[in-house]
Amino acid sequence: MHELSLAENLLQIIEEIATEHQLTKVKTVWLEIGKLACVEQGSLRFYFDVITQDSIARQAKLEIIEIAGQAVCAQCNRNSLITSYYEACSHCGSYNTLKVTQGREMKIKELEAE
Amino acid sequence: MCTTCGCSTGQTRINGKTIQSLHLEKPIQFRPLKHSNTSDHTPSLPIKNNCASETLAFGTDVATAHAPGMSQARMIKIERDILERNNQYANENRRFLSERNILALNLLSSPGSGKTTLLVNTIQILRNKLPITVIEGDQQTDHDAARIRETGISATQINTGKGCHLDAFMVQQAMQQISPQQNSVLFIENVGNLVCPSNFDLGEAYKVVILSVTEGEDKPLKYPDMFHAADLMLLNKCDLLPYLSFDVDLAIEYAHRIHPGLPVIQISAMQGNGMQVWIDWIEANRLALPSTVQYQT
Repeated sequence: MHELSLAENLLQIIEEIATEHQLTKVKTVWLEIGKLACVEQGSLRFYFDVITQDSIARQAKLEIIEIAGQAVCAQCNRNSLITSYYEACSHCGSYNTLKVTQGREMKIKELEAE
Repeated sequence: MCTTCGCSTGQTRINGKTIQSLHLEKPIQFRPLKHSNTSDHTPSLPIKNNCASETLAFGTDVATAHAPGMSQARMIKIERDILERNNQYANENRRFLSERNILALNLLSSPGSGKTTLLVNTIQILRNKLPITVIEGDQQTDHDAARIRETGISATQINTGKGCHLDAFMVQQAMQQISPQQNSVLFIENVGNLVCPSNFDLGEAYKVVILSVTEGEDKPLKYPDMFHAADLMLLNKCDLLPYLSFDVDLAIEYAHRIHPGLPVIQISAMQGNGMQVWIDWIEANRLALPSTVQYQT
């Protein structure tokens, strides 16, 4: 349920941007969420709707761009796409050798607003 | 050019104030929608051919953003971490701690793994060697802080109310209240939860995850984010191993699958086994703090 905090943080950033750009309504919010990030998307959407109810982002659409998980293998030095931390290297099959290089992102990328 | 789908009329991307004012002077006119049975908005060219280099491939499901009545809309590029604010507080905490040469440890585990007992018994051993301060995090009650205060060490209790984790701002407030001493160790006992606290940097030097042998060996696989974020794993309640079917090697192997090379110390906070190794780890890391001045304590 830390998605509630994430949603609050998100709204805070949106409100800062809104003031800076003199926006009156935020219609769409694009996020970039890595597949390995500790975020439950359904939960984030739910809390986002709740938290933005009386805000400039009321009824804003939340678009989530998923970023694939990627890791480099210390054994064979090649990149693998991963969906969880406990996968083996897809090239040499080694366990315990993958270092995550991508997929933990939690970013707000863009707003569509008036 | 439209940055959502790449259709070719209008300059919709607003990257800064200059462009914003341009936009306000001249409202965007989207290409008229086709008068078809559907309200589908088909880009005139494939997205990848039509987008500026800084434009993301948004995927396939956003074209409907250009519905009629949205012609006033503009795009604002942001690129900010959702937890940016928390991370700023965490960095302030880190600066505060490093200026005072304080080793801060964030203790994380599920409820009931023995964190507070570990802390009380760690304090008993360490108190004559180092100044210690404790920040306790729980949803409700100050029972844990009271247990710590019984040892004579000052402790601040943070009650998160409905919150499931400590964040850097809470810790900053607590540190201002408790003013930890120079050259001390600050233990931050997080809310008992193996999920949420993993996301929130508090400004600590290390995250220490505690797994007890009365839980399952596969906890690292079930809660990978926490074990991936941890810098040290303490396997607690090892005195109970003779009465349990817990497989220590398997638990460590699982932890290493999630986090290759994660150091593990087997302890029993209650009986004292392995505690010296843990104490040595704390002392070694406090001495290793990158400080300009090293005081003798």
